[in-house]
Amino acid sequence: MADYYSSFEPKGTRWLLQRLTAAFLVVVLAFHFMLLHFVNHAAEVTFMQTNLRMSQPGYFLTMVAFLVTATFHGVNGVYNALVNQGLDGTPKTVVKYGLILASVLLVAQGIRVAMAMAGFIIGPAA
Amino acid sequence: MSQSYDRGLVEDFGRWREFSAGMWAWVFHKFTGWVLVGYLFTHIAVLSTATISAEAYTQTIVGLESLLVIRFLEVGLLAVAVFHILNGLRLLFVDLGVGLEAQDKSFYASLALTGAIVVASVPTFLAGAV
Repeated sequence: MADYYSSFEPKGTRWLLQRLTAAFLVVVLAFHFMLLHFVNHAAEVTFMQTNLRMSQPGYFLTMVAFLVTATFHGVNGVYNALVNQGLDGTPKTVVKYGLILASVLLVAQGIRVAMAMAGFIIGPAA
Repeated sequence: MSQSYDRGLVEDFGRWREFSAGMWAWVFHKFTGWVLVGYLFTHIAVLSTATISAEAYTQTIVGLESLLVIRFLEVGLLAVAVFHILNGLRLLFVDLGVGLEAQDKSFYASLALTGAIVVASVPTFLAGAV
């Protein structure tokens, strides 16, 4: 083994973003679990409580940031894993754009859900 | 000066008996990552009931939470998330060049701490289950 080892050297934007989102997600994912399983029990969650939380701008923005960073971190992780397994050529391009499309759709739907939770948009049956 | 060494292919799972701690950490991190990203899509799909009506949202959450199997799956999700968080912290430190000489010990510590947190959380997760 080397006396000193560090992989913390420039390896591209996605490499750095994967680490930066990881640092953010470590904190927010732990907070999310604590708040919705230990402080508030998941079984007792109602729309009214969700609406109360999501009506606070700080909480709303944190959750949207959580959605965006988790989507990037997760989908980029999947892409890296597949490339690591030997994905190459046309399948690599197809998977890349498929994952980008899935990410955009997930974030768009997630923001739509967040808006509904905050009461900014009302569903058709509400 | 960084230096790499030949670890062999971790992707060759037939070699699992030869895997060192670091390779198991890699395998577990990938596995938990796949589970978490799969759950993210499922989670948004379930929460999408909020776009239908307040009642649909509440009934969906309450209905799912009344199922014992969901409670057990949530414990599994907690295990997966806690390990991914703790091992992720370990990876961030390794990336910064901190504690690489103890990377095997920090992997065992991540596993042990995950086990302790999950076991301690079981009563909270199963409370009130049907």
